[in-house]
Amino acid sequence: MKTNSLDSLKTWAKSVRSDSEFRITILACAGTSCLSSESDLIIEMLQAKIDEHNLNGEVNLKKVGCLRFCGEGPIMFIEPDNITYVRVAIKDVDDIFTKHILEGTTITRLLYTSKKNELIESYENMNFFKKQFRIALRNVGDIDPRNIDEYVAQDGYKALGMSLLEKTPDEVIKIVKESGLRGRGGGGFPTGLKWAYTAAVKSDEKYVICNADEGDPGAFMDRSIIEGDPHSLIEAMTIAGYAIGANQGYIYIRAEYAISLEPLNIALNQAKEHGLLGENIFGTDFSFDIGIKLGAGAFVCGEETALIRSMEGHRGEPDKKPPYPSESGFRGKPTSVNNVETFVNVPAIILNGAEWFASFGTERSKGTKVFALAGNVKNIGLVEVPMGTTLREIIFDIGGGHPENKTIKAVQIGGPSGGVITEEYFDTPIDYDSLTAIGAMMGSGGLIVMDEDSDMVEIAKFYLDFTQDESCGKCTPCRIGTKRMFEILERLTNMEGEPADLERLETLGYNIKNTSLCGLGQTAPNPVLSTMKFFKEEYEAYAYRTKRTSYAIEGKKCIGCTKCARVCPVNCITGKVREIHTIDESACIACGACYDACPTQAILKP
Amino acid sequence: MRKEILDISQLDKSLLHELDAYIDSLKGDKQEQLIHVLHRAQELFGHLPYNVQLYVAHALKLSGAKVNGVVTFYSFFNEEPTGKYTISVCMGTACFVKGADKVLERILKLTKTKKNEMSEDGLFTIKDVRCIGACGLAPIVTVNDKVYGKVKVNEVDGILEKYRGDHHEN
Ligand SMILES: Cc1cc2nc3c(=O)[nH]c(=O)nc-3n(C[C@H](O)[C@H](O)[C@H](O)COP(=O)(O)O)c2cc1C
Ligand code: SF4
Ligand code: SF4
Ligand code: SF4
Ligand code: FES
Repeated sequence: MKTNSLDSLKTWAKSVRSDSEFRITILACAGTSCLSSESDLIIEMLQAKIDEHNLNGEVNLKKVGCLRFCGEGPIMFIEPDNITYVRVAIKDVDDIFTKHILEGTTITRLLYTSKKNELIESYENMNFFKKQFRIALRNVGDIDPRNIDEYVAQDGYKALGMSLLEKTPDEVIKIVKESGLRGRGGGGFPTGLKWAYTAAVKSDEKYVICNADEGDPGAFMDRSIIEGDPHSLIEAMTIAGYAIGANQGYIYIRAEYAISLEPLNIALNQAKEHGLLGENIFGTDFSFDIGIKLGAGAFVCGEETALIRSMEGHRGEPDKKPPYPSESGFRGKPTSVNNVETFVNVPAIILNGAEWFASFGTERSKGTKVFALAGNVKNIGLVEVPMGTTLREIIFDIGGGHPENKTIKAVQIGGPSGGVITEEYFDTPIDYDSLTAIGAMMGSGGLIVMDEDSDMVEIAKFYLDFTQDESCGKCTPCRIGTKRMFEILERLTNMEGEPADLERLETLGYNIKNTSLCGLGQTAPNPVLSTMKFFKEEYEAYAYRTKRTSYAIEGKKCIGCTKCARVCPVNCITGKVREIHTIDESACIACGACYDACPTQAILKP
Repeated sequence: MRKEILDISQLDKSLLHELDAYIDSLKGDKQEQLIHVLHRAQELFGHLPYNVQLYVAHALKLSGAKVNGVVTFYSFFNEEPTGKYTISVCMGTACFVKGADKVLERILKLTKTKKNEMSEDGLFTIKDVRCIGACGLAPIVTVNDKVYGKVKVNEVDGILEKYRGDHHEN
């Protein structure tokens, strides 16, 4: 059935049976993290029980995208009871069915325990969710991504209908401009302006490209959106096509995300069946199709010119800009490249108006930003907050601070292109310009919390290892320079360095930044330069070789419980029961297993 | 540069047919879809030996050098065969912060391999991968499709033994 007016869309939306018409609705997370803990099996087993008891008319079990609290997964939200279960396992399925679904009793052992040791029944009362506000993730976790009806019931495709039937392309661009939406892929370029540039170029063919490469090795926001709410992306890209005058879109998605393709392909087909994608959308003379292009594991392909090369079947090496893709992009035609999260904001902006969107955030950064919060923090998962929220709020209110109340010394933001932000700047409001002002950057949304035990030199080395490996090799400073920097860092951490290495690192770093062709090289030294700026003493401990490299036991805290000796993989801990243990420092491989095992925190990190 | 002489005598003909069928099914400019073709070829053959690359080159009317250039550029493509079990250690930042590097080191040591090389017994290929989106369970190790979360260094021995055991039973 083709949809050709806003009225027919409305009728369709009304005909969808809503969750509240069921006696009980269970939103069961099938996001990546929860799937890794067998949530798909859990859902299957629960569904089998519901089938067996013929309860499908009253019990609505929905397999949804990421419910955001990944660190406590697998997660289930149960409505209207307003109960949230965390860390659900296969062995809990019987109880959930019999005790909760049939008898209506809450299973307390599956409730979340706060840091203060309180049991919390509903996600609404968890600090992790309280300060969050969703625009980009508005449907993720609420709807079944494989069912277009549910998306339509949430006003899905209404923004597309409003655009095609009631607005000119220029009017659409004007709204996006006025909303203040800026690119969420890292650069922060105003989206409306990018669309206007691409619209202004005359050409028989133009392209809309969605950058779903998500290259930051600590981020999974875009993936969660594609898996949890694929129709929002399809709708937004189609609106973009209408606005700039393109009839073809492509989603460039990294190869590792191949399983995200299943819900996306289903969604594309459903949209076509209903005349919301393909020929004559909404019965108008506007046609638009979306294809999928797979990446093959190259970080630099997240850079838009490299991405375009890769889509054309070549090695993904960046090109000089200008010309910008808006003039000459895919197949040499005008192309607008936008990030997944950028796109999915658009339907919400069209539906609610530019002013509504601009009412969130700060002076020059509007709306919200999604972060993937991880590392040494109690609450791990996806966090969407209005721009202007402070890092302190994210780390301590939403994130719950350190799981064992150790000191948090920094967060890493912006992945391999970014840097660290230290405690003294935790009150900085998060927006593009404030972050740039303190020498950091927004990046695409990776936010990694690091505690007092984190070794900043090792962290910097980790990122350099990544970038030197990912450098496409087109320009020498980046190809050779990042290798040299990595070698120096290796020398340092192997205790073979010297004080002059610190100067070499800095000089090299600035040279690479200033002479590289693309953003990869221009930002690759950032993790080193920024940790050197704030944690010079850690570099010096390596350079002057004063740093201990193995673990050690603090005698007065050791109670001789033998736990450490039992977990050590190389058996280098000796000691009798109830006597002080010692580590043979020459044999220790610094794996940290003893550190985790010790009940009295007697083990010292290097 | 090696001479580009295609020799399909060692390749499984039915797999080549499947690859042909895939290439035939592609719409539009086929050369542009080289990367998709290579994905399909790697799915079929497990890796991309030189003759498979040349076969693809012929089919798409590209030079062997061009195809090899693309294969070597992208880390997802393997020119060498892989072990029965691919062990991927997530080296995303969150996993790194929780000690994934130590886990990787231990696995490499126990299997006596280097990254991306097959172990001598043909059982394991060890890779490091970027964030797989399960940071809540960091550090993560996957063996083929099975995911192990919150892996500790001293658990690695047990995980490897399990696969060695499974292998011997077969
Ligand atoms: C090395 C490098 C990697 C990048 N990786 C990504 C990425 O993974 N995802 C993304 O959306 N943008 C990435 N970008 C930014 C893109 O080049 C481009 O600016 C962006 O896709 C534009 O979309 P936006 O304006 O909606 O942010 C990267 C840039 C560089 C220099
Ligand atoms: S800066 Fe690095 S990644 Fe970018 S084009 Fe040059 S070599 Fe390639
Ligand atoms: S860090 Fe690892 S190797 Fe070193 S003593 Fe502790 S358990 Fe043993
Ligand atoms: S685990 Fe801690 S307390 Fe127990 S023997 Fe080892 S160092 Fe001592
Ligand atoms: S994947 Fe289930 S909460 Fe994120």
